[in-house]
Amino acid sequence: MGSVSEFFQHLMNGLTLGGIYALIALGYTMVYGILKFINFAHGDILMFGAYIGLFAFNALRGGAPLGAWTFAAFFIAMAISMVATAGLGVAIDRIAYKPLRKASRLAPLLSAIGVSFVLENGAAWLWGTQSKKLDYPFNNDPFNVLGVVITPHQIMILIVSFIMMVGLILFTNRTRMGKAMRATSIDQDTSRLMGINVDQVISLTFAIGSGLAAVGGMLIALDFKAYPTMGMMIGLKAFVAAVVGGIGNIGGAMLGGILLGLLETFGVAVLGIPPAMKDTISFGILILVLLLKPEGILGKVVREKV
Amino acid sequence: MFNFFLLILIYTGIYALMAMGQNLMTGYTGMLSLCQAGFFAIGSYATAILTTRYGWSFWGTLPVSALLSASFGVLIGLPTLKLKGDYLCIATLGFGEIVRNVLNNWDSLTGGPMGIQRIPMVTLFGFTINPYKKVAFLIMVTIFVLIAYYLLERLGRSRMGRALQAIRDDEIAADAMGINITKYKVCAFAVGASVAGIAGSLQTVYSLSVTPATYTFMVSVLVLCMVVLGGMGNMAAVILGAFIIQLVSYFPQLVGLSGVIPPQFKQILFGLMLVVMMIWRPQGIIGIRSYIVGRKNSAKLEALNEPA
Repeated sequence: MGSVSEFFQHLMNGLTLGGIYALIALGYTMVYGILKFINFAHGDILMFGAYIGLFAFNALRGGAPLGAWTFAAFFIAMAISMVATAGLGVAIDRIAYKPLRKASRLAPLLSAIGVSFVLENGAAWLWGTQSKKLDYPFNNDPFNVLGVVITPHQIMILIVSFIMMVGLILFTNRTRMGKAMRATSIDQDTSRLMGINVDQVISLTFAIGSGLAAVGGMLIALDFKAYPTMGMMIGLKAFVAAVVGGIGNIGGAMLGGILLGLLETFGVAVLGIPPAMKDTISFGILILVLLLKPEGILGKVVREKV
Repeated sequence: MFNFFLLILIYTGIYALMAMGQNLMTGYTGMLSLCQAGFFAIGSYATAILTTRYGWSFWGTLPVSALLSASFGVLIGLPTLKLKGDYLCIATLGFGEIVRNVLNNWDSLTGGPMGIQRIPMVTLFGFTINPYKKVAFLIMVTIFVLIAYYLLERLGRSRMGRALQAIRDDEIAADAMGINITKYKVCAFAVGASVAGIAGSLQTVYSLSVTPATYTFMVSVLVLCMVVLGGMGNMAAVILGAFIIQLVSYFPQLVGLSGVIPPQFKQILFGLMLVVMMIWRPQGIIGIRSYIVGRKNSAKLEALNEPA
């Protein structure tokens, strides 16, 4: 560690990476909280969100130079992508997961792997395997704050993910629907008896999770372009984040995402782990957490009942 | 054309070995592992490195491939098998990617992205099994498949096989009956991995070169499709599944339509197949044994499972 400014530089980089992980991890954790199943196709839903956002942004922008309009167009595109991707998430649930609610755990998992495969290769077929660039909607020249280099993109990631997370917390804790969601995640049958429309809650969960994934996808596409397999690695890491924080726990997913982002950044910068092995860090963390504290940081120990 | 059909049969054999291993893990024991490609790669590279660099014969590398894959199976299995199936699925997927990552980057041992070329052909009693003359190679692969089928089928009927099925059907009840769950799960994982390692060795002496690009996640999913399509928990059905999947994979080339049908088409088809099979026919096309994934579908069991 060189100096204080270097530390803050890594902190900034880690936080932005972590913010994206957290957004995606929320989708995993919310679905897991309610259905007790890993939505394997979540990473590919993210990829679809990135593509839809990219097309919407390019259509809205129509060659206009950078300015207030491109900035507004980006957020309109983000809204369009969120709605479309939420619809996709709900449709996938209806078609591929809903018929398997009563089946064993293995069945929906296999079905999800199938969905993921269809989405990934469908995207490659529709849009080609070449990666597509999503342009920055603003001038992304980095600026210097007390020796820390920050890009406007990083600030946008922090602000957007912060707004999304606060919104989600308010929604789950303060609204009727959020309360229904929490009830359903505790006990589905009892919730149904209490008059909660469980199917509606499940659809809403998929919609919110997928919408957040679309935001994450667009934020990633700005830096790393959009391509059909982009969702795989990032989806896996977000899943690790969800497990680290305690799967099924919304606050845990946020914490886990940010923690994972920081660990990866500091692991490469401070511990000198070669960047090519960066992905290995997350899996190492996953295995460690599963061994030492399988319920995660904020998760509750649930005993399996007969 | 005939030669091409032989190629499909050879690949059927190699993949059938992997699929039988997967079947032991997923079909018998109910563990969803997604890293057959990783074990396949370990077996392949073990044979490739030992034959080219140390002059071993192919037959000598077989036990090494099997044992090496099995030990990696235990290594990845021990921490994850104690947990629920969903974690296993992700952890094994991660492991498969790590294997490929290492193969790509460990240049001094694996040759990096270029891989290893000029692997010697298999010789047996002075007779060279040339992969370009496909019949002899096909016979060798068939013998491997038959041996594996015989052994795994017997294993499935043995005390261990019954224990595995008990674990699949109800882990808690099996535990209460005194079955050492972790031990049997790790065993099943190790055996399944070692069969995939052997398949990898065969792949190496068939293609006579290895590159990391062969061992993608796609391979693991393909193997899983074979097991699901054929019928989980049924070794013969899995071989049939392997044949169907290989036939569909190479169908565009077989009928000379590879220019018309986009390459993604078959992958989309396999993905759809997984979903459709799960919804309408979870027991696979050969549903002789009334195997319904995890048996929770039955209404009677459902009623029993309801907490009072």
